Amino acid sequence: MLAGLDGDDRSHKALLTKLSTYLRAYFKRQLARIGQSSAEAEDLVQETLISLHVRRHTYDKSAPLTPWVYAIARYRLIDYLRRNKSASLNMPVEFADDVFVESDATAVDSGIDLSKLLSKLTPKMREAIQSIKVDGLSVSEAAKRTGMSPSMIKVSVHRGLKILSLLVREREPS
Amino acid sequence: MKTDDLISLLGTHTEPVKSNHLRNTILAAVAAGAAASLCLMLLTLGAPETFSGGEGLGLKIVGLGLTLSLVAAGVWFLLKAARPGKISRKPVIAIGLVSFVALVAAIGLLFSSHPATWGAMLFGPQWAACLLCIPFFALLPFTSIIWALRKEAPTSPTWAGAIAGLVAGALGATAYTLHQASMSIPFMIFWYLGPILICVAIGAMLGSRLLRW
Repeated sequence: MLAGLDGDDRSHKALLTKLSTYLRAYFKRQLARIGQSSAEAEDLVQETLISLHVRRHTYDKSAPLTPWVYAIARYRLIDYLRRNKSASLNMPVEFADDVFVESDATAVDSGIDLSKLLSKLTPKMREAIQSIKVDGLSVSEAAKRTGMSPSMIKVSVHRGLKILSLLVREREPS
Repeated sequence: MKTDDLISLLGTHTEPVKSNHLRNTILAAVAAGAAASLCLMLLTLGAPETFSGGEGLGLKIVGLGLTLSLVAAGVWFLLKAARPGKISRKPVIAIGLVSFVALVAAIGLLFSSHPATWGAMLFGPQWAACLLCIPFFALLPFTSIIWALRKEAPTSPTWAGAIAGLVAGALGATAYTLHQASMSIPFMIFWYLGPILICVAIGAMLGSRLLRW
């Protein structure tokens, strides 16, 4: 986590991959407990990963990692249930459960359509995210390709990801 | 979308995070709010009264001590509430207890003085001003603090909103005290804590709406 915060891509990816297995098991378990199909678990995993990434600056480097991840996962679950106005709004959210008791690596596709979401961003943001995040260009290469200034690229990626995290939650149910 | 694709999207060219980013954002918002609150006070009420006697100065210092300690305690909670995780309820209870003790002290002080002076002590000419000005001066700090909190990740939006209300209300009271010291300590306790409590309640209500992420 610490290396990821300093901008080390490999550590950041490794962390997110590892967390995704725990999150998948956690959401499947929770959805099963309240009698919902676990088909939505993958959506929740991805929403949580985006939240973890976009809000990674809220992690206190001197504090243990697991409570931070758990708090965000739990928040995403409650938020998901609230949005979907399920019959289980009164579910006990204080269950003494832990994200990290088991892991599940069987990823399936989520109902989130990235290209559809990207098309809702402004052209600048879309181009910046496409170049940096999807095509893996460096900031200076992306600046050359798009004709934006390097700082503009950085800002566009940052804002674009935040807006994406909103769009993911406001998307029409698939 | 496959989760692995998302992970590679998020993990490609990750921007490093500045250390103390969250703390600096919150403190800057509080400072900006305090400055805005002060300016609003100077604009609407004019320059602070000049000191005439020693008693006014003493009351002013007591008042500032009360409001600034609430600001300090509130900011401390704010830094906790902005991060995901459980907020310990204990310190919140502690603030409640201190306010309760202050109220009891105010009532005690009232009873120790002659009943004929109660009215003057409690409903001095400024009580309505306190009630209106403190929430009014709290508006700008509240806005700036909520704006900062929206960038963070409060997992209890209602609590975070209440604490934002506390800090904003205490800043509003500070601005008001800087303009004018109140007439007596019981007056101060009633008419400062009351409006601050209103700010806390409004903050809690707005927080559950504005601070979702």
